[in-house]
Amino acid sequence: MAEIRKADGLIDWLDQRLGVKKLTKVLMTEYWIPKNINFLWAMGVVLTALFTMLVVSGIFLLMYYKPDAKMAFDSVNYTIMQEVAYGWLWRHIHAVAASMIFVIIYIHMFVAIYYGSYKRGREMIWVSGMLLFVVFSAEAFSGYMLPWGQMSYWAATVITNLFGGIPFIGNDVVEWVRGNYVVADATLTRFFMLHVFLLPVVIMILIVVHFYALRIPHVNNQDGEVFDFEAEEKKYIEGKKKESKVIPFWPVFLSKDIFVICAFMIFFFYLVCYHFDFAMDPVNFDPANSLKTPTHIYPEWYFLWSYEVLRGFFFSADLGLIAFGIAQVIFFFLPWLDRSSKVAPAHRRPAFLIWFWLMILDLIVLTIFGKLPPEGANIYVGFVASISFLILFLVVLPIITIVERKKGGAQ
Amino acid sequence: MKEFKILILLIVVIGIIYWGVEPLAHSIMHPKVAPADYTFSDLEKIDLSKGDATKGKTLVEENCTACHGIKSQNIPAPMDNASAAGAYGVVPPDLSDIGAVFDHNFLANFIKNPVKATLLSHKFGENTPYPMPGYDWMSNDDISNIVAYFVSIAPQSLTDAQVFDQACQRCHSVEYAKTYALTPESDLEKYLGAKAPDLSMMIRSRGEHTLSIFINDPQKLLPGTSMPRVGLDQKAEKQIINYLQKIGDSKKAQRDGLGIKIMIFFVVMALLAYAWKRRIWKDLH
Repeated sequence: MAEIRKADGLIDWLDQRLGVKKLTKVLMTEYWIPKNINFLWAMGVVLTALFTMLVVSGIFLLMYYKPDAKMAFDSVNYTIMQEVAYGWLWRHIHAVAASMIFVIIYIHMFVAIYYGSYKRGREMIWVSGMLLFVVFSAEAFSGYMLPWGQMSYWAATVITNLFGGIPFIGNDVVEWVRGNYVVADATLTRFFMLHVFLLPVVIMILIVVHFYALRIPHVNNQDGEVFDFEAEEKKYIEGKKKESKVIPFWPVFLSKDIFVICAFMIFFFYLVCYHFDFAMDPVNFDPANSLKTPTHIYPEWYFLWSYEVLRGFFFSADLGLIAFGIAQVIFFFLPWLDRSSKVAPAHRRPAFLIWFWLMILDLIVLTIFGKLPPEGANIYVGFVASISFLILFLVVLPIITIVERKKGGAQ
Repeated sequence: MKEFKILILLIVVIGIIYWGVEPLAHSIMHPKVAPADYTFSDLEKIDLSKGDATKGKTLVEENCTACHGIKSQNIPAPMDNASAAGAYGVVPPDLSDIGAVFDHNFLANFIKNPVKATLLSHKFGENTPYPMPGYDWMSNDDISNIVAYFVSIAPQSLTDAQVFDQACQRCHSVEYAKTYALTPESDLEKYLGAKAPDLSMMIRSRGEHTLSIFINDPQKLLPGTSMPRVGLDQKAEKQIINYLQKIGDSKKAQRDGLGIKIMIFFVVMALLAYAWKRRIWKDLH
């Protein structure tokens, strides 16, 4: 046991027992971040802030929500929204944050793609991030079901039905997932458990892994520049702050992030109080009715692109399901599909830059057509966009990057 | 400057996605329909200017009170709600307030030919008669006398809830206001062919604009529905929407008031944070 002296204050008392000074150094004041980054690197902290808001607002909602098919709808729309003081505020924060977190996740993800932050040494950061994306998707979907409105119910029916496409055991899996032959009370209660316990715990563990994965390869920067972190740290500590290419997480990096968060919160609370409808489908304010299918069934906006890949192959449900499966996991393989090992932002890799914007364009088309009814020309647009998505990832990207490698990497 | 360019690019991309997923998709899934027609221009224009309320009173006593009550004139309904629903399929309305809620020309046309006025010819005909007989054998003068009588006994103003009770409560419940349909559910389902939905959340699921068009003419948005065109005048319809707003979205005022305060708080925080950031970063460049 270490020698314990009489402490000269609370911090010292804790430091002798828990090593808090060392911990603060490792986690904050001597955790080094490159200096040449822009506000897009603040998205990670914005996500952490949004996730915290989701957890806190979720706990408040949990106090009044009833996970019972007969009571769920009224417990949300009457008890929480109208009877509980500021219940509406917690609910709107929860619903808007759930939608906004996907906006930021997508930005975070495409920034990483643009700057090549998934490559050479940073694969684990990318893979743990993509795992977070997938678990967040499951978390969002299980939460969307809980108000037990019309769209909740039918979205659950459609999504659980997808498991029916598994060869041989499909129908049994569907029944096992639902806990019933149809989506019913058993389905609601198990998705409730997933939403409030299992998935959040998995998310928290993954967030820790994601942060930890940054520790050794360090955060990427605007130029994809590789520098000697140890030498740069030394310069900073010696006081040569202007020369050093790194900054400490606290207070330098966070001072910028906190500004970004505050600016973001102005917009966020505008949405919460005046424009929450974008995050709450009006159809979901009709109670679930198992006998009446809504005219149009569509997922929340953040799933539209993969939903469109699913139904893009309008002539074959099986092909659609396979393409959908590929779309769900394809991003995981990005570090290996991109064969060029050079880390550089897309604007210094001309062919990759074109690929990047084509992919964004294709995802926008898929998202927009994923909501439109599949009629007339829409189905062909959906088909072309779905095929393009697969080709862009499976064919075009490897070819571009192999050519780039042969030319000796990016300029 | 570079960061501004990135921000603008982000806003443009997100803006395009938002436009596609919200307004564009909405306009395609819910095509525009003609605006609400409060003149009910498809109906015959009956001259109501010479209506005589005293003559109307006699006509009402002779023709209407066998089925309808007029509480304000101490004429009770001849049957209780359950028996009336059993006999007619739906509870006949009390007539005390109808002159204050319905468009007068609509009311005259309704008395003359209810199926035509309510736009329910797809539901009621020779074999399935409408519970109220048409009075097309009556002269337009007599009908205008009846309308004049209803207008003369109608109160000057009604609360939003009273308008709702008159126009909707025979079929619809509003559970969140502890208001329940007058007609028992089983009778109603037989009469309409479907359950009448609870209206507690209609303001959130349909929105003010859609509701106003729907109430004015249900067939326009839901062809073949068994909901009648009830013939509300513009003021009464607005009161009903207000009522649904108060029930389904009771915290709107609190939301509107609080939102701006939270936003101002974060504007101040953002300015402070920016000043702090400037101070810390000035040593770095």
